[in-house]
Amino acid sequence: MRAIQLIISGNPEVYGITALSLYVSVLGTSLSCVWSIPIAIGLALRSFPGKRISKGFFNAMIGVPTVTLGLFLYLVLSRSGPAGYFQLLYTPTAIIIGQSILVTPIIVSFSTSALESIDPDLRSLARTLGASNNQMYQVVIREASWGIVLAIIASFNRAFAELGVALMLGGNIANVTRVLTTAIALSTDMGDLPLSIALAIILLVIVVTLSVVINLLRKQ
Amino acid sequence: MMSLSRSALSRLQASILIIVIVVGAAVAIYGYSISMKPPRARLIVSTTTSLYESGLLDYLKTQYESRYPNYNVSFISQGTGLAIQTAMRGDADMILVHAPSSELPFLTGGYGVNRKIIAYNFFIIVGPKSDPAGIAGKNATAALKAIKAAGEQGKAVWASRADGSGTYTKEAALWKAAGFSATALAKESWYLSTGSGMTATLRVADQKLGYTLSDTATYLVNLKNQNINLANLVNKGRDLLNVYSAIADNPNNPNMTKSNFQGSMQFIRFLASADGQGVIAKFGMDTVGQTLFGSYLQLIQSQTDTLNTGVPVPQLVSWIQSYAFFSGSECPSQFQYQAGDLYGTATTTTQGSITALPLVQTAQLKRYN
Repeated sequence: MRAIQLIISGNPEVYGITALSLYVSVLGTSLSCVWSIPIAIGLALRSFPGKRISKGFFNAMIGVPTVTLGLFLYLVLSRSGPAGYFQLLYTPTAIIIGQSILVTPIIVSFSTSALESIDPDLRSLARTLGASNNQMYQVVIREASWGIVLAIIASFNRAFAELGVALMLGGNIANVTRVLTTAIALSTDMGDLPLSIALAIILLVIVVTLSVVINLLRKQ
Repeated sequence: MMSLSRSALSRLQASILIIVIVVGAAVAIYGYSISMKPPRARLIVSTTTSLYESGLLDYLKTQYESRYPNYNVSFISQGTGLAIQTAMRGDADMILVHAPSSELPFLTGGYGVNRKIIAYNFFIIVGPKSDPAGIAGKNATAALKAIKAAGEQGKAVWASRADGSGTYTKEAALWKAAGFSATALAKESWYLSTGSGMTATLRVADQKLGYTLSDTATYLVNLKNQNINLANLVNKGRDLLNVYSAIADNPNNPNMTKSNFQGSMQFIRFLASADGQGVIAKFGMDTVGQTLFGSYLQLIQSQTDTLNTGVPVPQLVSWIQSYAFFSGSECPSQFQYQAGDLYGTATTTTQGSITALPLVQTAQLKRYN
C-alpha cells in the first residue's frame, strides 16, 4: 500500500511530523516532571491537612478531556487573554505547556502510589540506622524509582497520542505545529488517506511499544 | 520485597535505555534543525477551509516566502465565521474569507481595515449522477426547491456545512431567495448538518448520494483525487458568485495591538499585485487542468476573465461590485488605514476604459445590512 511506501521511503513530511511529535511530547513530559515529582513526593511522604483531598483531586484529573483542557488554555494564551503577552498560541511551546499540564495528574498519581507502596518498615529501618529525614526520603525514592519511571513513560504515551490540546493550541500548522494526531485528523478530512494511514501506523507502533514496556515494568 | 532476577532486570534496563536513546536522538536532531534556521517573522492568516483545501494557500505560501524569505506565513483554516472570530480576538493578523455579509460587520465593528478583493469564482450545486431531484441545468433557487421537494418525498438528501462559513452563508442566502429558512430546514430529516469543512461535507454528500453546495476549486480537487463521485449539476447564475477578500486586523483595536499589521499589509499588497494575481490566476492548471480562481485585478485592469466563465466581462464586474462592494467601494475610506497606494491603481490604469470608478456610477449601489 502507498502508506507503507511513504514510511519506508523516508518521506520528509512523514518524518518531520513524527520528529515534531516526539519533540513536543518529550519536552512536555519532562517539563511536567519538574513539578509533578516533587508534588508526588510531598503527597506520599509528608502528612498535612487536605492530603486526602489533594490526592483525590489528582486522581480525578487523570481523565480530563483533552479538548476541555485545550479550550481553557486557548482562552488563557489567546492574545486577548491573560497570558496573551507571550503570543504563544499556534506555537510548539503552547502545545508543550498544554501537554505538561495534561500529564501532571498522571505523573503525580502514579508516582504517589509507587512511593506509598514501599514497605513502611523500610522507613522505620532507615530511621533506626540514624538516617535524617532527607536521607530517608532518598532511600524511599530510590526504591520506588521504577514506579516513577513507569509513571513518566505512561504520561508520555498519553501526551503523544492526544489530539485535543495539540489541535486547539497548535492549530495544526504545517511545519510548525503539525503533529501526528492533528495531521491524521487533517489528512483524513482532506481525503489524503494513504498519508493518514502511514501516520496512524507510526503513531500506533510507538504507542504500543511503549505500552509493552510499561507492562514489563509493572510486572516488577 | 519482590525483585526480578538479574537477567530480567538488565533486559528491562536495556530496553528502557534504547527507547530513551532513540527518543533523545529524535529530539536532539529536531531541536538542532530548528535552531539552525534563522528566526523568521510570523504572519498568521485565518481563512476558509475551501481556500485551504483547494491547495491554493500552500502554493501562495511557497510563492510568497520565496520572495520574502524572512517570513513564515501560517494559515489557520477554519471556515469564515470562525476565522473572523479568531481575528476578532487578535489571534490572527488578517483574514482571507468569502462572505461579504460577514465581512461588513468586521469592518464596521472596528476590527478590520484595508479590505481588498482578491479573487472570484462560482459556487456550484453538486449531487449524485442519477440526479433524483432532477436539478441539472436549473438555476440555483429552482434547484433548491426541487431538492426540498424530493427530500420530503424521501428521494434525496442535502448536506450542509452549517458552520457559519462563507459557503454556508451563501447557502442560507440561496434558501432565503427560494423562500425558505435554512435554520428551519435543518430540522428536517433530509437536511444533514455536517458542521464540517468543505471536503468533509462533500464526502458526506458523496457517501449519502446527496446534494450539496460547494466552491468549484475544492470540488474539482476532490474529484481529481477520486475522493468523490459527484456531478456538477448547477453552475450558472449571478446568485452563485463567490468573491474572496483579504482584510487586515485594525491595529487601533485594543484586542489587536499585538497583530502584525506591517506583515498583513505586505501580504495583502502581494496578493493584490500583478505578481500575486498572476500566481492566483494560474493556480489549478497543474493540479486539475483548469484555473480555479479568477484574478480580480486582471478583470478590472485588462478586462480579462482568467477563469473563462463565459460571462461577459462588464456583466461579471457589475455582478461582483453589486455583491461584494460596500457603499460603492471594496473598502470605504473610513476603513482604510495607512493604505498607501493599495486603492489608487484604478485611476492610473493605462489600458482599458473600464475601471472601478466609472462602473461605481453605473452599477447598482447596494449597502449590505
